[in-house]
Amino acid sequence: MALLKARRLDYPFISEQVEALRAGQFVLVSGLVYTARDRIHKHLFDGGKSPVDLKNAALYHCGPVVIRKDSDWVVRAAGPTTSLREEPYLPRIVKEHGIRVIMGKGSMGKVTEGACKAGGCVYLHAVGGAAQVLAEKVVAVKGLYFGEEFGLAEAMWVLELKDFPAIVAIDSKGHNLLRRVKSASLRMGRKLMKSSDPFIP
Amino acid sequence: MKNHVQWESSLFELIRRTSVDLPCDIEQGLRRACKTEKKASRARWVMETLLENVQKARDLDAPLCQDTGSLIFYFQVPVGFDTNALVSATRLAVARATRLGYLRQNTIDSVSGAACQTNVAYGAPTFYFEQCARGTVDVRLLMKGGGCENVGRQYSLPDESLGAGRDLEGVRRCVLDAVISAQGNGCAPGILGVCIGGDRATGYECSKSQFLRKLDDKSPVKILARLEDRLMKEAKALEIGPMGLGGNTALLGVKIGSMSRVPASFFVTVSYMCWAFRRRGALLTARGGFQKWLY
Repeated sequence: MALLKARRLDYPFISEQVEALRAGQFVLVSGLVYTARDRIHKHLFDGGKSPVDLKNAALYHCGPVVIRKDSDWVVRAAGPTTSLREEPYLPRIVKEHGIRVIMGKGSMGKVTEGACKAGGCVYLHAVGGAAQVLAEKVVAVKGLYFGEEFGLAEAMWVLELKDFPAIVAIDSKGHNLLRRVKSASLRMGRKLMKSSDPFIP
Repeated sequence: MKNHVQWESSLFELIRRTSVDLPCDIEQGLRRACKTEKKASRARWVMETLLENVQKARDLDAPLCQDTGSLIFYFQVPVGFDTNALVSATRLAVARATRLGYLRQNTIDSVSGAACQTNVAYGAPTFYFEQCARGTVDVRLLMKGGGCENVGRQYSLPDESLGAGRDLEGVRRCVLDAVISAQGNGCAPGILGVCIGGDRATGYECSKSQFLRKLDDKSPVKILARLEDRLMKEAKALEIGPMGLGGNTALLGVKIGSMSRVPASFFVTVSYMCWAFRRRGALLTARGGFQKWLY
């Protein structure tokens, strides 16, 4: 594969390492991350306790397919889910828990840019739908919280990653790669909608 | 219905294959699109990752995407066929596919928030039946994830903000707006299913049924085929690219269909299907035996 130049991001996620990342860069993440999606975000936002210390941690927006094999959990498929749904919750969670890395997919807006800037945090964009390529980067399932309460897709899984690939979509300065792409597409869209070349049967 | 076991087994195989094995037309579309992206670009990296994922899912016999989506079954059955029994055989097959990890526990009670263990509940899966004057059963399955379902849109023309009137130029503007609004969020490069006309409900049904078309086909209605082509070119010019990270490939295809409407309504409905385009079909005998794959 014609690879982009890769930066490394290894657990524990120390501030120098995170803050050195810039929007648009390609990173490989290794170490512990915690999955969290709609239910976990709402729980933490509402002041619910986290079962683990999330200081300097990574939250991964992912609801994996995990099945029980004997006494072990086996990840059958795991890719990112749409992060935008969690945006309203993020500033408070990032601030109160000291999150350093958010991983997911799709565009995020000003609220997340602000949370990243304030918290020295980054938002990493993984390839949506690439559940097998990304499941392979999960080398161990280290724990499960809220499995009963929220169901297995909404639970908090503790995953150990090895070389999980992603693009820095928002850096700790608040630069937003997908916003740049969107602005350019809006400009082009206005051009295409000008009535100089209407579609006529 | 006799041969319950055989029906369940054929339908299970349809679900399994839909979840793990991307149809050939879509894979070829991804390959063609990959070549148009610059080497060592983010877009190229995404496209190569998608193709790698397609191969891995097939080899590992594991879901292409962890969001195994909502399941939509389209059945064409012989006249007088017992569809109730077909529904119960399908439900059994869905429950087994969930137990074995081909489907995620992906069905939530909208009031209590409880997750369903089997993916069999009111409204899940979805069934469409049609009777046909022939002896075989044609079954097609779409598995449509939530990420792409969320970026679908419906417009009511005229739409002043888009300068969209009640004509095909208006339709073009709506579809362009849908692509721009979606950015990469529906897991681009996606395929658009568009319905011109219909009502609020049938518009979405018709737009989704466009996904049953092969990626490389053209609308048999000449003017719609022309509109499909034009929209493909314009989507490329937006440079949204795979995953909205920039690049050439925002879409793999645009499929437009139409329905009649009442004079007062003119809806344009756009459904978005992600690159992990899980769509398979099979021809089964009237006893549930497997005859051939349709995709």
